[in-house]
Amino acid sequence: MISENQTYTGATSGLEVSMSDLMLTLPVIQEPKLSTEVIRKKLDTSGKEYWRSLDELADSTEFDTFVRKEYPSQTSVLVDPVSRRSFLKLMGASVGLAGLAACTVQPKEEIIPYIKAPEEMIPGKALYFATAMPRSGGAVGLLVRSNEGRPTKIEGNTDHPASLGATDVYAQAAILGLYDPDRSQAVYHLGEIRSWSDFLTTIMGRASGFASNKGAGLRFLSESINSPSLGAMMQGILADMPQAKWHQYEPARSNNTFNSTKDATGAALSTRYQFDKADRVLALDSDFMSDFASGTRYARDWAHRRKVSTDSTEMSRLYVAETTITMTGANADNRIAIRPSQFEAFVGAVAAGLGVAGGSTQGLTQTQSDFAQAVAKDLRAMPGRSIVIAGEWQSAHVQGLVHQMNAALGNVGQTVFYAASVDTNPTDHLASITDLALDMAKGEVDTLVILGGVNPVYSAPVDLDFAEAMKKVPFIVHHGMYLDETAALSHWHLPESHFLESWGDVRAHDGTVSIVQPLIAPLYQGKTMHEVLTTFTKKSTAEAHDIIKGYWTNDAKGGEVERMWRESLHNGTLANSGVAVSTATPMTAATSASTGAAEGYDIVFRPDPTIYDGQFANSGWLQELPKPISKLTWDNAAYMSAKTAKSLGLEMCLNAKGGDYETDVVYIEVDGRHVEAPVWIAPGHPDDTVTLHLGYGRKKAGRVGNDLGFNAGRIRSSKAMWFASGAKIRKTGKTYSLAGTQIHFTMEGRNVVRESSFEEYKKNPNFVNEEPSPNKDMSLFPKYEYNGYAWGMTIDLNSCIGCNACMIACVAENNIPVVGKEQVLKSREMHWIRVDRYYTGAAEDPDTYFQPVPCMQCEDAPCELVCPVDATSHSAEGLNDMVYNRCVGTRYCGNNCPYKVRRFNFLLFQDWTTPQYKLMRNPEVTVRSRGVMEKCTYCVQRIQNAKIDSEKENRLVRDGEIVTACEAACPTDSIVFGNINDPLSRVAKLKSDTRNYSLLDDLNTRPRTTYLGAVRNPNPEIKRVKATRESLLEESA
Amino acid sequence: MGQIFKRSANALARGSIIFTGVIAAVAVYAVFLGIPRSSYWNQTEIVKTQPVQFSHKHHVGDDGIDCRYCHTSVESSNSAGMPPTKTCMNCHSQLWATTTYLEPVRQSWKTGVPIKWTRIHDLPDYVYFNHSIHVNKGVGCETCHGRVDQMPLLVQKQSLQMEWCIKCHRAPEQFIRPRSQVFNMAYEAPANQEELGLKLKKEYHILGSDVLTSCSTCHR
Repeated sequence: MISENQTYTGATSGLEVSMSDLMLTLPVIQEPKLSTEVIRKKLDTSGKEYWRSLDELADSTEFDTFVRKEYPSQTSVLVDPVSRRSFLKLMGASVGLAGLAACTVQPKEEIIPYIKAPEEMIPGKALYFATAMPRSGGAVGLLVRSNEGRPTKIEGNTDHPASLGATDVYAQAAILGLYDPDRSQAVYHLGEIRSWSDFLTTIMGRASGFASNKGAGLRFLSESINSPSLGAMMQGILADMPQAKWHQYEPARSNNTFNSTKDATGAALSTRYQFDKADRVLALDSDFMSDFASGTRYARDWAHRRKVSTDSTEMSRLYVAETTITMTGANADNRIAIRPSQFEAFVGAVAAGLGVAGGSTQGLTQTQSDFAQAVAKDLRAMPGRSIVIAGEWQSAHVQGLVHQMNAALGNVGQTVFYAASVDTNPTDHLASITDLALDMAKGEVDTLVILGGVNPVYSAPVDLDFAEAMKKVPFIVHHGMYLDETAALSHWHLPESHFLESWGDVRAHDGTVSIVQPLIAPLYQGKTMHEVLTTFTKKSTAEAHDIIKGYWTNDAKGGEVERMWRESLHNGTLANSGVAVSTATPMTAATSASTGAAEGYDIVFRPDPTIYDGQFANSGWLQELPKPISKLTWDNAAYMSAKTAKSLGLEMCLNAKGGDYETDVVYIEVDGRHVEAPVWIAPGHPDDTVTLHLGYGRKKAGRVGNDLGFNAGRIRSSKAMWFASGAKIRKTGKTYSLAGTQIHFTMEGRNVVRESSFEEYKKNPNFVNEEPSPNKDMSLFPKYEYNGYAWGMTIDLNSCIGCNACMIACVAENNIPVVGKEQVLKSREMHWIRVDRYYTGAAEDPDTYFQPVPCMQCEDAPCELVCPVDATSHSAEGLNDMVYNRCVGTRYCGNNCPYKVRRFNFLLFQDWTTPQYKLMRNPEVTVRSRGVMEKCTYCVQRIQNAKIDSEKENRLVRDGEIVTACEAACPTDSIVFGNINDPLSRVAKLKSDTRNYSLLDDLNTRPRTTYLGAVRNPNPEIKRVKATRESLLEESA
Repeated sequence: MGQIFKRSANALARGSIIFTGVIAAVAVYAVFLGIPRSSYWNQTEIVKTQPVQFSHKHHVGDDGIDCRYCHTSVESSNSAGMPPTKTCMNCHSQLWATTTYLEPVRQSWKTGVPIKWTRIHDLPDYVYFNHSIHVNKGVGCETCHGRVDQMPLLVQKQSLQMEWCIKCHRAPEQFIRPRSQVFNMAYEAPANQEELGLKLKKEYHILGSDVLTSCSTCHR
């Protein structure tokens, strides 16, 4: 960030110092001025420089212009004289009109009471209900807040093994999915609306045929089923009609894990891990922290094992070897990027180092081999206290080796456990969908029932040509939440109810059963899978509630039934329902099928980190959520390393316009199929490899998800589901605009992330505060006194894994609008908390750090002083209150905020008209309109409610009673909120930790939000690629 | 031709300057102080049409029904609660069970369609008012709602404007009463209100005015 002709003046590094800056940096300007040369030397000696994007490193002029404008895209309007005049004219007119609009009394409002008040319901008081979000291979237990019967916010269920109180982005965004106005709202037959009873009549007619021919030609297609009652129902149907077949398919579920994890009898096992007992973790292309079923739990366990204090004598270590960039890789102590075609050799080398034979080590480079040796040595030193985990997309060979490695290390039974699968009839999904497609093409399928929103037309391997095969089937029923690509080619479509409006049951990854209970009656006459399947049973149609209750209370007697049922509903889990750990271990490894490095490029297919396999494509919250590493929104891209991009002559450049990345589009060809994709240059990505995320390029996802990105599935065949080799890539000459937020609201290269290695930390526990802080009393303004509560927050950068759950939790709690890609390109996204991602080190081997940044709630807040209408002012408890009804939108506060945490409603971003969204909003938080500034409030509505509750009981608010939305969602407990005036509170104790530091301390804003420095524990035996400024500059050039 | 403006016109012109000033002053007063405080603006003393002409005077004053019989959640929630049709029918299935006057109530009970009342005390949506904390800290119903036991048709008595709210938030001791008197409509403030108020403020742990006047106490 420092160019030749600028001078360094302490904190403002290289910017001209304005009067307001002078006031805020009084202590610093007394330091002698430093020249650029000195800074460079300082950087070279410290060896650390943090960067968020390659443009920042290159210090390009465009970047420089960009950071000087807070909201870069519209500032040009004010400079342009003609626009300025029309702007003023419009302003004058709107001020006049605003005055007129104020001359009305409040509109008439009605109060509509109940006929009979429901039991337990107190108007104005939220109720919480336990339920669970079904996932492939597991479930996440939830507590859902209900305001007057409307589910409005999702929290984790502390008693549920996959949640322990935390949630992930998909669970948080489920609320938006429920109210999605694009969900299918009726039964359709050939595009015309029919009634449910019309469907029943039709299906009953066909059912008589199945009764006589034992279900010949009848096929069911669903995702894997981990609902015990549904599984039993399906097996009952198959027993009645032995000729019928049940197929399973999920695009993001790999068959490799299934094929490599079978016991001696051939029964499928599932692997469970106890990360809280592991001191060494080796993740081989595994993104276990974002695992769909158990990632939240695994991340939590892993982070808890890693909490450090000055008393710690040792610290856990995470090794990650991977073929792309993932969240788990970003949190590694030592990470190595390996292209897919070399990956088996690397695993073979580690295996050999652990005394496991059978892997090949052909074609490894010296660095890779050294890394493998060092890892093996380190793992051997911790028998029974480590975990080796393979990504499910890795081949059966690799997974087999990993099972043996865990056995060799004595981990099985200590940190790694095997148990029977939680699914009913676990199946090789790829084989299953292939069978189905072939039978359909042969005309052997007479009736196809697609259940639970499976979308094979979009997601099945492209070589199966599922859409074409569907034309040969005379009767297709599609049951799903959306009228998607598959629904369009089906004869009947049945709307599926969302899990928040359904009765059901589901097993978590460890087998614990949760009852899924509805929070609201189906909004769009949806039916559950249970209800659809009953039409194929001998029983007449039944309500899902009765089916579930009957199934689980079958063995109970008399009064026991009700007690057991109510207890399960209340707790959210069924007592002692877990699947016991088995003593069986997986059989020997499959032989390697890898042919080593091939000509051309390797392709990696992965589910998207925010919209997964496309099932969340119509969620605006998830689309606008920046991807954990790249911070890209609203699109997928072809991720590749800078070196690969350079060799292909590709460029990704930052436009002076906000987060607008103008990037080259490439033509990617695999096996004669091709796709065109915009390029994203990703530091740390293996060379000659391209990562494509699934889930985009939808044609019938809904108004939000249609036509975003490209469909990577178009080059994904059944032969290469996860990795393809020999791809041809060339530049097309076209360019594409990508909306990335990684440099929005930037803080200009100042020392904001502070980290150390564990070794250094033991020597110098105070590493975060090496630079002297200014005198706390130095201020032009009188000090505030906080006699009662003083709210504060700490964010532990050592625990933050960058999962973004806090961002979505904040969106849901605080009614934050979605702005759309066009606006993100202009830096106008509204997230109150953002998660910054910083790199340090060389571009091919960077260390990655995440830093969540909410409002700092400064005690000497720069924003408060400049508001001309007192719309932002200091509360007696130290909050920087934001009063929307007072705000006139000068944006002075946002301009003066050094942390760039204020967000302005440039347009009417909030949807005020769609009736479903009115139900969704949190009634405790104002829905903001256009022209208003907003920002993080520390969830002041939760503070006020807890204070009112405590005051009614004549006591103080207890520590931990107020949990902010971000804190509640955080899987790793890295965010802690509380009263810093209470020396016994968790937050006060954390603030006295040696790792505690304030962001931009030298400005003396005295933030209430402080950070705990990150500590990593890299293996000193592993050599790192040395980064020099020159190498970095060359990389980015 | 003589002068169009005679000498006396000077006096008129001077007078008109003063007169304009007076008009401007009146206009400023009306726009900034008078109109916003007027009954038109803050809707005080205005009777609004209701589906049933419910008389608080009769139910509270004559029958002596406690506020909490109908407004059940006033002590526990932000909303005081509006009685469901069932509450009306508790008595009116027996009393006045055939009068046409109560037809809307019976209709609602029969058809399951709620009665739509018109809100009288309507705070702006950006104000987050909580009944329970006020009631628990000794703010009487009557302090804000007036003598509803004397109102045949309910009207708003206080302006409900921020100026009015903050008067109490700045100095609650001037308005609070013992908890036992909160639901008493006829409570009269004693002569030593200031002294009693300070005592109660301490006893009820009422927070300082710095906290009570922080913006986020009511706006969020």
